[in-house]
Amino acid sequence: MSEVPAIIRVFAYLSLLTVGGGMAAFPEMKTLTVETHNWLSFDQLVHLYSVGQLAPGPNMMMIVPIGDWAGGPLGAIAALVAFFGPTAGLTYAVGRWWQKLEAWPWRASIQSGLAPVSIGLLLAGCFTMAKGAIFGIDTAAIAVGVLLVLMQTRMNPALLVIAAAIVGIFSFQ
Amino acid sequence: MSDPVTKADPQAAVPAGVVFREFLTIGATSFGGAVPYLRQGLVTRRAWLNEKEFVELLSISQSLPGLNATNMAILVGQKLAGRMGAALAILGMCLPGAIIMFAVGIIYRTYGDHSITSAALKGVAAAAVGLILATVVQLGKKSLVEYADYVFVAITVVMVNKFHQSVLTTLVVVGLLSVLWHRPGRSAAKE
Repeated sequence: MSEVPAIIRVFAYLSLLTVGGGMAAFPEMKTLTVETHNWLSFDQLVHLYSVGQLAPGPNMMMIVPIGDWAGGPLGAIAALVAFFGPTAGLTYAVGRWWQKLEAWPWRASIQSGLAPVSIGLLLAGCFTMAKGAIFGIDTAAIAVGVLLVLMQTRMNPALLVIAAAIVGIFSFQ
Repeated sequence: MSDPVTKADPQAAVPAGVVFREFLTIGATSFGGAVPYLRQGLVTRRAWLNEKEFVELLSISQSLPGLNATNMAILVGQKLAGRMGAALAILGMCLPGAIIMFAVGIIYRTYGDHSITSAALKGVAAAAVGLILATVVQLGKKSLVEYADYVFVAITVVMVNKFHQSVLTTLVVVGLLSVLWHRPGRSAAKE
């Protein structure tokens, strides 16, 4: 129960960092949930994020089990509301208005200016994640294999994740 | 059209309950990324948006903080059925995945240490890195148009990974520099 206010603070803050995608907030999520609050280990964070890619809907639903582990079912609900509430409110409030600003020259500047930063944040999230996911040539080969298949085909990413799980069972046990 | 749901949204024409059902369906079936399922549901199946409107709303979703899936739910829900539509759309979008991951968290805590599970998880985590890299490459192809853009990507990565600056600081500092670099009028001179 006592963790709920902290859960709300952490996930509401992380919410606003998801520029370009949920992964942008990942380095900060690691700092806050693993190092500051000890709600889970780094390995667990990497695993939850990865398994989350198999669930339907928004791909950051791993925040729900983090909330649950930290503060029980109430913590899970708090994490969900705190993580999606602030950006939902922002999008509701400014989405329409942003659309109307199409002729404003700075709108294009903001969009093309934020694009490289959001790509950089995704990449930074990816590198943070790789520290807990890539341990040698075998895991690197899986990551590169997935990347190449996705570049060459329109295969559903969830199928690739399942394939990697099967490869994992036969290779890493 | 003659009976708008809210004053704020004179275009509203779809009952919020129907919006909820559609987003619940998308939320429960969109395996491997929500965007194709959103297009299929909203443009093809329901014809609530045409392709052009879909692309416009998606572009807004991408430029605002938040995930594409939930931002799209808000924008489309708002367009179709006002405030209630937005609230129910995001709820429908999130509910199935949230319940599944709640259960996954409990299962993981119980069986996560077993040798089969941890071997599978090792494969899954490596694959997830590949997924993110693919997203980075796809976005990069679309949005990185000049050398300076690659420099801003590199500065961002170095600030977060090497100098351990917070994502917020990095976003504000590099974002500001990059927006100023892309200021209005600058590219007109080049083209």
